[in-house]
Amino acid sequence: MSKLNKTILLAEDDFDYLFLVKFRLEAAGFDVITANSQKEAELLVNTSDFDAAVFDLMMENDDSGFVLAYMSKKIKPEVPVVITTAVAAETGMSFDNDNSWVKADLYLEKGVQAERLAEELMRLLGII
Amino acid sequence: MDKLRVLVVDDEFGIRSGIKRILDKFEVDYPFMDDPIGFEVSEADTGEKAIEMLEAEKFDIVLLDNKLPGIQGVEVLEFINSKKIDSKVVMITSYASLELAVRVTKEGAIDFVPKPFTPQELRSSLENITKQIFLRHMTTKLQKEGKQIRFQFLSMLSHELKAPVNAVEGYLNIIKEHNCGDNIAEYMPMIDRSLERLNAMRSIIMDMLDLTKIESRQAKNNVQPVDFCQVAKICMSTLQPMAIQKDVKIYLNCSGPVVMDFDPDDLEIILNNIFSNAVKYNKDGGRVDCNFTDNESNVEILVADTGIGISEEDQQKLFKEFVRIKTDETRKIPGSGLGLSIVKRILENYDSEISMESELNKGTTIKIKINK
Repeated sequence: MSKLNKTILLAEDDFDYLFLVKFRLEAAGFDVITANSQKEAELLVNTSDFDAAVFDLMMENDDSGFVLAYMSKKIKPEVPVVITTAVAAETGMSFDNDNSWVKADLYLEKGVQAERLAEELMRLLGII
Repeated sequence: MDKLRVLVVDDEFGIRSGIKRILDKFEVDYPFMDDPIGFEVSEADTGEKAIEMLEAEKFDIVLLDNKLPGIQGVEVLEFINSKKIDSKVVMITSYASLELAVRVTKEGAIDFVPKPFTPQELRSSLENITKQIFLRHMTTKLQKEGKQIRFQFLSMLSHELKAPVNAVEGYLNIIKEHNCGDNIAEYMPMIDRSLERLNAMRSIIMDMLDLTKIESRQAKNNVQPVDFCQVAKICMSTLQPMAIQKDVKIYLNCSGPVVMDFDPDDLEIILNNIFSNAVKYNKDGGRVDCNFTDNESNVEILVADTGIGISEEDQQKLFKEFVRIKTDETRKIPGSGLGLSIVKRILENYDSEISMESELNKGTTIKIKINK
């Protein structure tokens, strides 16, 4: 896979899921920097360069992903943010992109759609 | 729920102000209520006015005269029914006939107070209705709270069970697609992690079964004299393999039998959870010290480990369901996040206290005191 020269900030507190998503994104040609907690991710949002961010919704807090999306959009409004979650389907939590105070660009269900993530990021970054 | 709203519908000013006077000073109080319930009275002098008010505001109780200048009281009652308005209706009327009584009862009037009535007659009618409203209110409230808790629990549970499924599925896909080449050794760490995640998933399911058992059976249904040290020894031997793996030594300090009335199954669940935490979150080469003290009025259990410890902030969260303290050390340790909440639930059935002291990187001591 050719190098895309795009860096993704990936925040995920599940050790294995972090590995798996990183693996998929790297296979697709992305560079990936990782954080395994909201706290670590906050630091990276403020100090590092990235072209897109993927935040897990529930880490130390139930709304970690929202908080990170808000911070990221404040500093880098043009950088696309994807929030991933394993709870949406069961809780019936609906994410309305237009009405939400958090302007994430995409919400993705974890699991089956993990492979879709690389494709979605390319779309958000205008690569495909 | 401090005041019930009452709408008095009567064309006679004297009746309206009389009822208002009686109810302004009246409160209904039952031993099961936190606060007495009073009444706030509004008035309507015609049926038309009453309908207008009922459409605009909510009234808990409607005191309805049948003989009104325009539309009759019974028509107001029909309106309330057809619009499914949630108000209890009491008919007050001087032209009481059996026929009317039957008709309004059919239409859902809850009581029938013939005019003229004494203040006491009015009060006792309202007292009954208030009790009904209060009980119905409490029932819906409790049902809602119960549903809310179950809903939270289920969504947490699905999250906790989906995480390992996602992880294992992801690893299997990599292996299936040979994403790391044809050397099988490359895939061994993924297979190991998958097995670990499946193990953790099993422990969630086992803990869920414990929780279901606790919830479904009668509390303390098998209380009998139990030797705590004896049960502790059984729990310790179950944990031995894990302790050996982590090179953690468990010391049980029991000078003699410590006997008190307890459900042995409950005790086993408690000790298994506390002991396994002390081993799991220990350091390699660490130790666990268990002390059972037989005091005159209580039994004290002390379980001290030399493990990673818990920060003060995290200690607050620890007894809640599905809470797992996430640090670099705990990340790879499998657990359901249910253990301590199970312990707490069981102990709530006994006259007991549980407390902890902990220091990061030094260790944690759990102290349980059960009164005899």
